[in-house]
Amino acid sequence: MDERDASVCTSTRPKPTEGGDAPLLEVSGLDASAGDKPILHGIDLDVGEGECHVLMGPNGAGKSTLGHVIMGDPTYQVTSGSISFGGSDVTDESPDKRSLAGIFLSFQAPVEVPGVSLYGFLRTICQKRPELKMTSRRFRERVSDVCAKLDVDEGWLTRELNVGFSGGEKKKVEMLQLLLLRPRLAILDETDSGLDVDALAVVSAGIEAYRTDVGGSLLVITHNTRILERIDVDRTHVMVAGSLVAEGGPELVGQIDREGFERFEDVASEKGGIA
Amino acid sequence: MSTPEATTVAARDIGEVDRSLYDFRKSEEGYERFADGLTPRIVEDISRRKDEPSWMLDLRLRSLDIYQTLSMPSNWGPSIEGLDMDHISTYVTPKVKQADDWDEVPADIKDTFERLGIPEAERTSLAGVGAQYDSELVYHNMRDEVAEQGVVYSGIEEALHGPYEDLIRERFMHLVPPTDHKFAALHGAVWSGGSFVYVPAGVSLDFPLQSYFRLNAAGAGQFEHTLIIVEPGANLHFIEGCSAPKYNVANLHAGCVELYVGRGARLRYSTIENWSKNMYNLNTKRARVEEGGSMEWVSGSFGSHVSYLYPTTILAGAKSTCEFTSITFAGHGQDLDTGCKVVLAAPDTHASVSTKSLSKDGGVSTFRSSVVVTKTAERAKASVSCQSLMLDDRSRSDTIPAMDVRRRDADVGHEATIGRISDDTLLYLMSRGMSEQEARTCVVNGFANPISKELPLEYAVEMNNLIKLEMEGAIG
Repeated sequence: MDERDASVCTSTRPKPTEGGDAPLLEVSGLDASAGDKPILHGIDLDVGEGECHVLMGPNGAGKSTLGHVIMGDPTYQVTSGSISFGGSDVTDESPDKRSLAGIFLSFQAPVEVPGVSLYGFLRTICQKRPELKMTSRRFRERVSDVCAKLDVDEGWLTRELNVGFSGGEKKKVEMLQLLLLRPRLAILDETDSGLDVDALAVVSAGIEAYRTDVGGSLLVITHNTRILERIDVDRTHVMVAGSLVAEGGPELVGQIDREGFERFEDVASEKGGIA
Repeated sequence: MSTPEATTVAARDIGEVDRSLYDFRKSEEGYERFADGLTPRIVEDISRRKDEPSWMLDLRLRSLDIYQTLSMPSNWGPSIEGLDMDHISTYVTPKVKQADDWDEVPADIKDTFERLGIPEAERTSLAGVGAQYDSELVYHNMRDEVAEQGVVYSGIEEALHGPYEDLIRERFMHLVPPTDHKFAALHGAVWSGGSFVYVPAGVSLDFPLQSYFRLNAAGAGQFEHTLIIVEPGANLHFIEGCSAPKYNVANLHAGCVELYVGRGARLRYSTIENWSKNMYNLNTKRARVEEGGSMEWVSGSFGSHVSYLYPTTILAGAKSTCEFTSITFAGHGQDLDTGCKVVLAAPDTHASVSTKSLSKDGGVSTFRSSVVVTKTAERAKASVSCQSLMLDDRSRSDTIPAMDVRRRDADVGHEATIGRISDDTLLYLMSRGMSEQEARTCVVNGFANPISKELPLEYAVEMNNLIKLEMEGAIG
């Protein structure tokens, strides 16, 4: 972590763990498949408290799958290895348990739920968490604050969850949930290169507010380096064909921006990682 | 949902629901029960006890004749073989007089309605309440200012002895004649209790009127008759709630609802039905709408073992309209055949039908609609939309729309969708901390929301409670 990085740290954001305590998220030797089809191979990935990690890689490398597996998406089966979070093994936990423990996954394509008002939904998911229980009035104020931060029109709150929202608006709704739920780890699945300039700005603003207000850890999944321009990255991971083939500091982002993933694809071939 | 705060209130109330709310029963001590089965003697006894005008006895006896000649419906809807008419006590009455103060209602009956939240609702949001316990109305009351406007809301039997007798005679079982079907005939022969509502021309009620029907006795039938007359330019919202505890013997509900909507008048008729899961609900409802009038149905069907329910609207006057909004939830052991019928019989009439059906744990939900555009209905417009949600692989959902259009210039549309809760939706909601069951309930509540938002808040809450209970599999 360089000095520039340290300067934006808030007091709630501890330094990355070195030795000592176990990392917040610890993925070890993880193999995962969808049905008969193996997708992830021997993934080792640690994210410490307050750290910001980036997971990059070409299309179809399995980046989103890793995000979903960490969240507990039953579409995928963990065939070997483990995931632990906050010191507990969550490999076999359902997504809701993981969510309540403090993992958040922002979806590439958030689902539309007709008839469920956005506000009612936000209230329900916050009430599930003892640390977020508060009076209706207080909650209302908090929502207003967060809306202001993200430049969200409060008129959206009475609309149905994600129904008829544009891609950028859906991103805002994801960021709104991120800031209200205050998770310890936010996994932002931003693989969709179709994000327009507005949506990019929304995601960046959400990340910034999350880092300052919540001070939680981040795992940003992307192959779009522009999204990273305003983020202070601690570690960069590169995934090719379901394996992590390289790891480095923030400089790796710039390198990939200039050179693309070809070099890593060769490494993957050598490792025999392509399924 | 109108405001975010309202949503929150509803959500909190749902969390506190008690599964024993509907499923309690009271002793039948002090009851008078007629012998099972049906004879002219029984029909005469019923009529004599009620001290009815002779034309009513004639109508009963004529209906009984028709009942005995008509055969049971065959090749239609779910099986009603479990219904043995020889063992249905057609008339069971608690020995009480009708009261207009809850304190005068016998304690166990009052307790029943207290548990259903009726007196509370009356205090807070209703213009008048009627409560029927088995075959008799036990409570009836209306706000003074409503009565002063000339609105009549009383037991229909009581109304037969007053100034509205002639009006009732002109309308009673004219929209639903005893010849309509076997159970209409049965109703004509043994009907008992129910409400009479008369709203004079130009009078608009700010609060709804409500009738609550509770069937307590085992193996009994409930045959209440509701007759509502909304005169030209008047406006009424009427709410009907129904429930019964569970017994092991079959109960029968064959009520009849006749609604007359005058020129430029508006009637909204809302129903939340939660009969117990052994009930045969063979109910007939029909409305006739005159020129420029509008009829709105809002209907939630959750209970009963078998239902045949197709409220019918006859758009008799030009520019009259009908809106039909309903939801049906069929769980384990339920076969609910519901829908509606609209007859567009005058120029520029409009009908819009929007229904939702849910099935779960092997439940069968069938939506049946019939839209008829007659030769005289110039420029008639009708749209029918039906959405079904199946909650597992064992349940069934069918859509049977019928359209009979006799005009080229009619504008008629139909759309139907049948779906399941997708894995993506479950994952999304669970990733935000909802358990799988909460996620499913959330989707189902959202699905039902277009109907619940048409209901007054307490009823929307009751409906959400029923959905939650269904989703937990606690009922039945």
